Parts: sequence; C-alpha cells; structure tokens
Amino acid sequence: MENELLRIEDLHASVEGKSILRGLNLSVPRGEVHAIMGPNGSGKSTLANVLMGHPSYEVTRGRILFKGEDVTALPPDERARRGLFLAFQYPVEVPGVSTMSFLRAALGAVRGEDQPVREFRRRLEGELKDLGMELAFARRNLNEGFSGGEKKRCEVLQLRMLRPELAILDETDSGLDIDGIRLVSQAVAATRRPEASFLVITHYLRILTHLVPDRVHVLFAGQVIRSGGAELARELEVSGYEALRSEHRPAATAQAGTP
Amino acid sequence: MAMEPTEITDVQQSYKERWGWHDPERPVHKPRRGLSREVVEEISWLKSEPEWMRRFRLRAYERYEQKPLPTWGADLSTIDFQSIYYFLRATERPERSWEDVPASIKTTFDRLGIPEAERKHLAGVSAQYESEVVYHQMKQELTSRGVLFTDMDSAVRDHAELVQRYFATVIPPGDNKLAALNSAVWSGGSFIYVPPGVKVEIPLQAYFRINAESVGQFERTLIIADEGSFVHYVEGCTAPVYSSDSLHSAVVELIALPHSRIRYTTIQNWSQNVYNLVTKRAVAHEAAVVEWVDGNLGSRTTMKYPAVVLTGRRAHGEVLSLAMAGPGQCQDTGAKMTHVAPETSSLVVSKSISKGGGRTSYRGLVKVLPGATGAKANVRCDALLVDEISRSDTYPTLDIQEQTAAIGHEATVARIGDDQLFYLRSRGIPEAEAAAMIVRGFIEPITKQLPMEYAVELNRLIELQMDGSVG
Ligand SMILES: Nc1ncnc2c1ncn2[C@@H]1O[C@H](COP(=O)(O)OP(=O)(O)O)[C@@H](O)[C@H]1O
Ligand SMILES: [Mg+2]
Repeated sequence: MENELLRIEDLHASVEGKSILRGLNLSVPRGEVHAIMGPNGSGKSTLANVLMGHPSYEVTRGRILFKGEDVTALPPDERARRGLFLAFQYPVEVPGVSTMSFLRAALGAVRGEDQPVREFRRRLEGELKDLGMELAFARRNLNEGFSGGEKKRCEVLQLRMLRPELAILDETDSGLDIDGIRLVSQAVAATRRPEASFLVITHYLRILTHLVPDRVHVLFAGQVIRSGGAELARELEVSGYEALRSEHRPAATAQAGTP
Repeated sequence: MAMEPTEITDVQQSYKERWGWHDPERPVHKPRRGLSREVVEEISWLKSEPEWMRRFRLRAYERYEQKPLPTWGADLSTIDFQSIYYFLRATERPERSWEDVPASIKTTFDRLGIPEAERKHLAGVSAQYESEVVYHQMKQELTSRGVLFTDMDSAVRDHAELVQRYFATVIPPGDNKLAALNSAVWSGGSFIYVPPGVKVEIPLQAYFRINAESVGQFERTLIIADEGSFVHYVEGCTAPVYSSDSLHSAVVELIALPHSRIRYTTIQNWSQNVYNLVTKRAVAHEAAVVEWVDGNLGSRTTMKYPAVVLTGRRAHGEVLSLAMAGPGQCQDTGAKMTHVAPETSSLVVSKSISKGGGRTSYRGLVKVLPGATGAKANVRCDALLVDEISRSDTYPTLDIQEQTAAIGHEATVARIGDDQLFYLRSRGIPEAEAAAMIVRGFIEPITKQLPMEYAVELNRLIELQMDGSVG
C-alpha cells in the first residue's frame, strides 16, 4: 500500500523465553489514528516495546515494516531517528539528568542537528504552556520523583517536542484525570498531520470520545482478534472482551489489520 | 557532544593521545633513586631549610623506617620504594612572575590551560613542576587583604612563625607510614593563611603534574582559615602516561578556626601507573565548616580518606567523593568523621563508578566520642557498575560512643539499567551517549558542587571513558 506507514506481518515475540506475541498482523496508513484495546496481559505493552526495539524482547518470527523498510532488527535509537516514538506506560526515572537537557539531546539526536539554545527554549516554553506546565518542570530531573500524572505529561511533552511520524501511546491516558485525558487528545490533535499516524493503546473508552479513532483493533493473547471502526469501541463497552474471546479464531486464519 | 567517537578505538590509547603528552625532562638537579638518611639530609640542605625542619624530616624518616605499610585497602606490595627519585627540581628557585617561567614549562602549562585560567580572573596560581613549585603568583588584591598564598617551601622561610605553629599538628609524622614518608621528603605544595573575617570569593587554584619517570610527588599543603574567614582551594591534576610506576603521596592539613569555612576541591586524574596515597585531614573548631570535594578518576591505585575532626561545638564536616575505576584501576576511597564536641554534624556523600573490571571501595569511619552530645552524622554511598566484570565494595565503620548521637547510613549498588538505556535510546540518543548521560546524572550531586570548568572537563572525560564500554 502506497500510503502505508506501518505494517506488521505475522509478528511473534517472546520475553524471557515466554512467547507473548503470536502472529500479529496490523497495518496503519499515514494520517490515521488507530486504537489498540485488549485486556490486561494481552500483550499491548509488549507490542509497543517490540515496535520500539527493546533489547529484552526477542522477535522470533515475522517482521515490522516502517515506511516500507524492514526495521525489525534496528536498534531503538535508529528507529527513533527514523520517526518512531513510544510514550511509555511506565516511564523510568533518570536521576541527575534534567528534563530540559534530555529533551535537547533527544531533539538533537532525532533531528541530527543542534538547535540554538534560545530557539530550543522558546519551543519548549511554548509546548509547556500548551500543557499548562511551568518551565520549572523542565528543570527537574527526568521523571525523578514525578507523580504518575506528571510522568504521563512528560511523555506528552516529549511527543509534542519530537513530532514523530508514528507515535505509540501506551496507556498514556491511564492515571490521568479528565483534564489530563483532554491534554493527551489535544496533544494528538496538535501533532496530527497528514503524514503522521498514532497507535493509541488504551483500556478506557473515555479517551476515544475525545479522540475518535479511524480503526480499533482488539488484542487478545498476542493476536489481533478483531478490527473495526470507531463503533467497535462502543460495542466493547457493552459486551466486554469476553464476548470477543469466544469468537477468537486461530492465528492461522486471522486476517486482522485488513478491513 | 560526542567527541569524534569513530576515532576512538581504545580507551587506554585515546587517553594517552588526548591527555598523555609530556615534555622532555630538564631537571637541574637529580639525586639518586631510593631513600636513605643522606637523601633526606640532602633535600633539606638543597632547600636551605631552618634547623627545626631538618630535624623534623629526620625524625619522620625514622618513623617511616619503623612503620609497616598498611595491610588493609589496596595492594601496595608492588611499589618499589627504592626505585623512586625522592627529590627533583626543574629550576633553581621558585619563580615569582610569569615572565620568569622557562619556555618549556610554559608550554606544559599552556596545555593545562593555565594562561586561560588566568584570564578567568583566578586569584592566584601555584603550579607544581617536577617536585617543586616553580611558578607562583598572587594577585595584589589578596596581598592587600592579608591573605598569604604561597608554596610550602617559601612559607617555611617567609612565614616561619605560622608554619611552625601549625605544621604537622593535624597529621603528625607517626600517623601512618606514608605520612611519615611525606614528612621526611616533602617538597612543594601550597600554604594558605586567611586572616580573621576575610572571605576569599574566588577559588584559589593549583595545578599539579608529574613530568619525570618515577618521580615521587610529595606535596605538603597547609591551609589555615582564621576566625570567620572563608577560602576555597582547588587542585586539579592531569598527568602524562609513563611506563614505570610512580608514587604520589601528599599530605594536606586544614585548620578551620572558629566560625570559618574551608572548601577543598580536588580532581585527581593521574596516569594509570600512579599510586596515589594521600592523607588529608582537617580540624574544625567551633561552628567552623570544612568541605572536602574529592574526585578520583585516574591513577592505578588510590587510597584516600579525607577526614574532619570536629573539635568545636556546632562544627560541621562534609566529604563529597567521586571515584571512577576503569580496567586495572583500584579506587579505595572514603571519609572519616570524628565527632569530639557537642552538636557537631557531618555528611558524607560518595559516588563511585566501576567499569571494564575496575574496582571501587568505599571505606568510611564515623566516630562519635563520649560527650559529643547531639552529634548528627549522615553517610550515603552509591555505587554504579557499568558491566558485569566490575566490582564495588563498601566498608562502613560506625563507632558511636555517645547515646544522643543520630546516625544515618545508606548504601546502594546499581547497574546501569536496560530500561534506563532503552528509555533514552527510544528518543534517538545513541547507546554510548545514553550510558554517559546516565553516569553523568549519577554523579550530578558531586559535579554540581564543582567549579564550572571542572564540571565540564569531568563530563567530557566520562563521555570519553564510556565510549565503547557498553553493549
Ligand atoms: N519484561 C518482561 N518480562 C517478563 N514478562 C513480561 C515482560 N513484559 C511482559 N511480560 C509478560 O507478557 C505478558 C503481556 O504483558 P503486557 O505486554 O505488558 O500486556 P498488556 O500491556 O496488554 O497489559 C504478561 O504475561 C506479562 O507478564
Ligand atoms: Mg501494558
């Protein structure tokens, strides 16, 4: 597909010898917002980590195509430089590294150039303002001592600063109040462009009322067992995952990802 | 930020290329290797010292002969004390002005950045070259405020009364074998006296360097802060790489009189064949504050435990220590706090990094004597291991003889986490840079206490050393 940004083909992945993803297929065209839903432990974060290239996760079969190129074996920093981004479900603390200097290093790495300090500062202040945050926040050490909500906001700040082509948001809405959820959806709206796509992993439908997805995929036991339009999310709200589980077909015949 | 990483294939090699320059040796006087009573006599004679110092040296030499080497800590059995030159000097007399400094030495200082440091309004520079201070300069302003800042040799001659009153009162020759050795053969080092109420706002700096093979460096530094005064002394070392072992054994004594404050900052980056065995101790009188900021990056073996004896009520002592051990290196460092008086307080923060099989140890003692009521002591030591082959140990000793004392001790050992690395790399930051970032963050509580140019230098060095050491 000409306009395809991400294509996942028959992806199998394991961590610590345990097989988690078992033949996952997915296609995300440019400019679209796709939601990934699924019960706890279904492999959503694993998918996010594998897409970003976490070294602890081993891809045992299948491949990931990003902008038509096979990125399955690329290191995470290379994937980031090519336009992938992951907003972490559980961002780690990096003591002694200021959020601001980290952002500047990240921006420099992704853009391959050093932005003048003043220009960078102006950008940062603008993004912080839109998130309702003070510059003092960026002076704090990266995620160190941040509340759950602050950590999520920090991920959103990074998303807004880096403007990736494919942003994977791993439960960025969890642990946020309704205002926080609005911030996330606003950030998606603000960074949305015809060539950029979003993979929004979520548990909750709440965010999907602010952020209407083009497609919804249901992940179950490491496979996409059902895909549909925004209405699938509402259907799930009524019937729950259990109803889908019973119709779960074996991986070999699953054609998830293609409408 | 990255420093031509493609050119750097081997840390040891690049260290040599980047930092390991050295100028041809041009000593004026070069006595034989090894130590004897005659050598001690000769040193004293060459320096035209007063009789009391000559006797002091000879008594110390006797102590040195009697005392055994420490059997704890790092392995010192490979030091060949008889292959060392105990005294060398590059020019006949200490120089007063920059114009008088020989050109070859100026080249050396150029590379150390001394002229630049001058431009940065440093108050005074005292530079050690081949065992003797050859260049010393003090700004007019300091002189007019009564601050004495000179090399130790000159101080013995010019400020005899002060020197005789305080010299070796904090660290007597019999303290340990290496202190005895230093007392017998000491040469160079700094002498500072700050009069009552005078606050020296600009750090006083000295540059040290070893520039002859197997030269022993035995500086002797004495700083006296009179009542209510303040001084910050900074010493930094960058040493060339040589093939045979070298011994650096300094003695540093600080005397903080009531209500004064002394901060002493060291960045030690000796080449990796140096044994760096230093005795540093301070006495803090009533409400005085002593802070040791101590960074040990280089040398083959370091043994250094800056100490503060809190003899006055409400005196406060601090040691902020940073150690980095790479392949073949052993950094055995720590701190000693002795609470003698009531309401005294102390803080020790130690951060160590081991990589490539390097070994760091924290060895600390907190002692609270009976009668030091309400004493407070806090020790925090964190070790970071960059890989699986490196090692870090902690040997904290608490000797608390006072019930009302409040003591806190915390120690952590961590490895650079996969998740931390992944997080930074997921933002496009390459692995080596990400690792350097984590290390820099880890030591940030120490670097933020350093003068700006030292912090920058240190971070550069860490980047260089981290390159290619992960993955
Ligand atoms: N790093 C890991 N080590 C061990 N097991 C893991 C790891 N990551 C995920 N798993 C396991 O993989 C399964 C899927 O987890 P995850 O991808 O986090 O699910 P979700 O995000 O959908 O809740 C779970 O059984 C979890 O325990
Ligand atoms: Mg998850």
